[in-house]
Amino acid sequence: MTTETTSKKFNIDTVEHAEQTPEQPLPWAELGLKENEYQRVVEILGRRPTAAELAMYSVMWSEHCSYKSSKVHLRQFGDKVTEAMKEHLLVGIGENAGVVDIGDGWAVTFKVESHNHPSFVEPYQGAATGVGGIVRDIISMGARPVAVMDPLRFGAIDHPDTARLVHGIVSGIGGYGNSLGLPNIGGEVVFDSVYQGNPLVNALAVGVLRHEDIRLANASGVGNRVVLFGARTGGDGIGGASVLASESFDSSKPSKRPAVQVGDPFAEKVLIECCLELFKASVVEGIQDLGAAGISCATSELASNGDGGMHVELTDVLLRDPSLTPGEILMSESQERMMAVVTPENAAAFEAIMDKWNVEYSWLGEVTDTGRLIIEWDGEKIVDVDPRTVAHEGPVYERPYSRPEWLDGVQADSFKGDRPADGEQLKAAALELMSSPNMCSKDWITNQYDRYVQGNTALAMPDDAGVVRVDEETGLGVALSTDANGRYSYLNPYDGARLALAEAYRNVATSGAKPMAVTDCLNFGSPEDPEVMWQFAESVRGLADACQELGVPVTGGNVSLYNQTGGVAIHPTPVVGVLGVFDDVARRTPSGWREDGQAIYLLGTTQNELDGSEWANLRGHLGGQPPALDLDAEKTLAAILVNSSRDGMIDAAHDLSEGGLIAALSEAALRFGVGARIAIDELCERDGLDAFTVLFSESQARAVVAVPRSEEVRFNDMCTARNFPRIRIGVVDAESESLDVQGHFTLPLAELKEAHEATLPKHFA
Amino acid sequence: MTVETPLIGYSNAEVVDAGLSGIRVGVVTFPGTLDDRDALRAVRIAGGTGVQLWHGDHDLKDVDAVIIPGGFSYGDYLRAGAISRFAPLMEQITAAASGGSLPVLGICNGFQVLTEAHLLPGSMVKNNHLHFLCKDQRLKVENSTTAWTSAYADGSEIVVPLKNQDGQFVADERTLDELEGEGRVVFRYVGGNPNGSRRDIAGITNEHGNVVGLMPHPEHAVEAGFGPDSSASGEVETRGGVDGLGIFTSVLQKLVNK
Repeated sequence: MTTETTSKKFNIDTVEHAEQTPEQPLPWAELGLKENEYQRVVEILGRRPTAAELAMYSVMWSEHCSYKSSKVHLRQFGDKVTEAMKEHLLVGIGENAGVVDIGDGWAVTFKVESHNHPSFVEPYQGAATGVGGIVRDIISMGARPVAVMDPLRFGAIDHPDTARLVHGIVSGIGGYGNSLGLPNIGGEVVFDSVYQGNPLVNALAVGVLRHEDIRLANASGVGNRVVLFGARTGGDGIGGASVLASESFDSSKPSKRPAVQVGDPFAEKVLIECCLELFKASVVEGIQDLGAAGISCATSELASNGDGGMHVELTDVLLRDPSLTPGEILMSESQERMMAVVTPENAAAFEAIMDKWNVEYSWLGEVTDTGRLIIEWDGEKIVDVDPRTVAHEGPVYERPYSRPEWLDGVQADSFKGDRPADGEQLKAAALELMSSPNMCSKDWITNQYDRYVQGNTALAMPDDAGVVRVDEETGLGVALSTDANGRYSYLNPYDGARLALAEAYRNVATSGAKPMAVTDCLNFGSPEDPEVMWQFAESVRGLADACQELGVPVTGGNVSLYNQTGGVAIHPTPVVGVLGVFDDVARRTPSGWREDGQAIYLLGTTQNELDGSEWANLRGHLGGQPPALDLDAEKTLAAILVNSSRDGMIDAAHDLSEGGLIAALSEAALRFGVGARIAIDELCERDGLDAFTVLFSESQARAVVAVPRSEEVRFNDMCTARNFPRIRIGVVDAESESLDVQGHFTLPLAELKEAHEATLPKHFA
Repeated sequence: MTVETPLIGYSNAEVVDAGLSGIRVGVVTFPGTLDDRDALRAVRIAGGTGVQLWHGDHDLKDVDAVIIPGGFSYGDYLRAGAISRFAPLMEQITAAASGGSLPVLGICNGFQVLTEAHLLPGSMVKNNHLHFLCKDQRLKVENSTTAWTSAYADGSEIVVPLKNQDGQFVADERTLDELEGEGRVVFRYVGGNPNGSRRDIAGITNEHGNVVGLMPHPEHAVEAGFGPDSSASGEVETRGGVDGLGIFTSVLQKLVNK
């Protein structure tokens, strides 16, 4: 035997060898499998797995890929969907991303995913490949990606490690997303010490396609050929899904850097264009992106969703590193790769498109009807499995959960901290709030993202929702917003998830779009902790219930567990993205007013709800119950905002959420640098509250709007007809250059702007 | 070979001027080009006919002018524009442009390609603050005699988006003095230098005035509703800035009057 073949062949563990050596010990624990899971693999196969099979099962049965702890709860998203909610759903949960009908033959696919663990270990590449992964999910559906958004959560703004993460993650998102030509149209940035060792880097992408262009991940048609294309397979990201994303961080273990993937946005941009050309030429039957679990995932999912069998020769995979073992090739999470199923007749057309874009490809095998996924290494069988047992029939856990004993005490501890009373104190409080890490301007971050590319961005941050046009002739378009409030969820996970949905729904409606569908990224601690599991179960129940009440279905998403370091978990953080639709994006409503003399109205009523608020947070307090939620009121508010936008009754609208009325007024004034005179005494009297509470309470189902004088009667009539409370609280004052809360304080816009914009540069520039 | 048919359709709704619509403006796509469809849209909104050009072709398809749009051609991994200048189509463009006849506009990455191809002097290095920066940028039009700026008055100001990582224009002092002396500085940053560019230079032209390169993106300020929130000529609606449109109407007018 020559040295060349020895080095290529390693000591490969064939199926035959596995049958002959049942006692050979295998490193299942190091690969993240539990003992009972390993035993289950042996039971399925009727023998010990080969090294390659073990690699496949270990990644595909990881928490990240199999949803084994969350599955029993996630079913509610399907169970609680009514027929009416399915009306516009072309593809639901289970595919790479959900697809929603937005009319005129157009469809939209969107999804949010996490890349939390890699982004802590290697912030730039972790965040960059998070964008890359979600974008490939969108391409896999047959869509052209048209925008991205990034909900981010960091530790305390002044913690020594936060700057490393902020710089790395923001430049990673920008470096990758900007190079793909995708406008970044929104997201969130939150600082809270609970995310210190576990930053949350969620990435949302949205794509557009015609109904007839929908592509699904399945390998059908016996004899069709299987091809891997895009970047070569390297040693990066091995075990990313299993040992990195599915375990808690622990300082006693070795560095996990080799488990983080490395991104090449140029390769991805070329891949996008190349895939769109493949779709247009109709030369692929099925397509799947390679993300978590790489080839293991793509082959087993394609096969089990199709005719059930596939035969692959693994030595044909193009490698960046020739020393990789078969198991490593199967587990590698190298980026910018796709797998497709192509009929033999279309093979030449496929190759021509690859050659045009200089994309490398290798034909790996073919679709069979044997019900087996057979993978060979140099002609010797190293994998022989039923692909369904790898992709879909992994372990399912009914993890024990229990309501934390500490929760009663926390919920009983209502905010009793200081409540500024006189004008000077209120003004100082407003400035403190608007310059605080969570409420300050995020321009320093969002200015590092391209919001213009593609020329269809009608609104982007800091407006309530990102809005992109889909059809240039009609103006048909979509709005997107993502929201979560970890503090609310900590106080009450059921309500917290509902509140997250309500806010995203409200944001979309505030921009003028009709909310249609939901995606979610559920970020939690370890499912092995019954208290965390209870938070998770409650959140899913809350979100599923609220989706049903609002009539918007969950179309897909992602669960990220093990966001904890040592015994300390993050706040439960269900990030909810809502998609809305516009007949014409020309009628979208910006968040700031600019027309002198327009009337400013507050929609909704205010209660004394400071528990969990930004103000309480600034005072170091977290206790009590989050704000009460009335989804009927949210629906009515949304209808008013959407109708007002459509009928030209309002020129600006901004929702009230974190920071309450004072935050909304400040942001609306700063949006275009136009001041206002605000009178709150009548409001205080109506709601029976003092000025401070009216300004800082975070009661839900509220928004401020600017109404042209000519529309006031019509606007009031509409609110009356819908029996929705509103009150005129002021007028736009273009001359004053200040936000004047009459009888209390005057905030010069220059002073407010400086305080609002200085915070991030001070810490990070 | 054309690049693609965009999924997002182009509107034919505008009333087009028969003369202008006969002008064919090519937009080059390299691997990694991002703003090609935006440049095509800008040409169309200005009244001309956009023509997709592929970097690997040897055929300029009888276009009357060429735009090299923004993006990260070949990922900009070596140096922005360094590989693209060797594309087959660039030979055609360089040959047609260097004599002063073919109008060529390089936007952002396109500007970088033009300097690498020696159609324009100087070079772009990383922004002095080291970040990608996206903002609405005010510019002063210093030279309204080029093929791409005749719609503006000398000294007038415009607001167009700026978005780049390697936008700092550098050149040796002699070249800078030459550019200034010959009136070849076309655009200058106003209201603060966003990236450390020498002498606040945002765009320049060659000695004939047919080749212009600039870092900001006029093609993102051509359509009300999708441009910047402001304009140098007064109040506009939300995202209503269209100050960049003059770049595209300039070249069409020049060519139609030829």
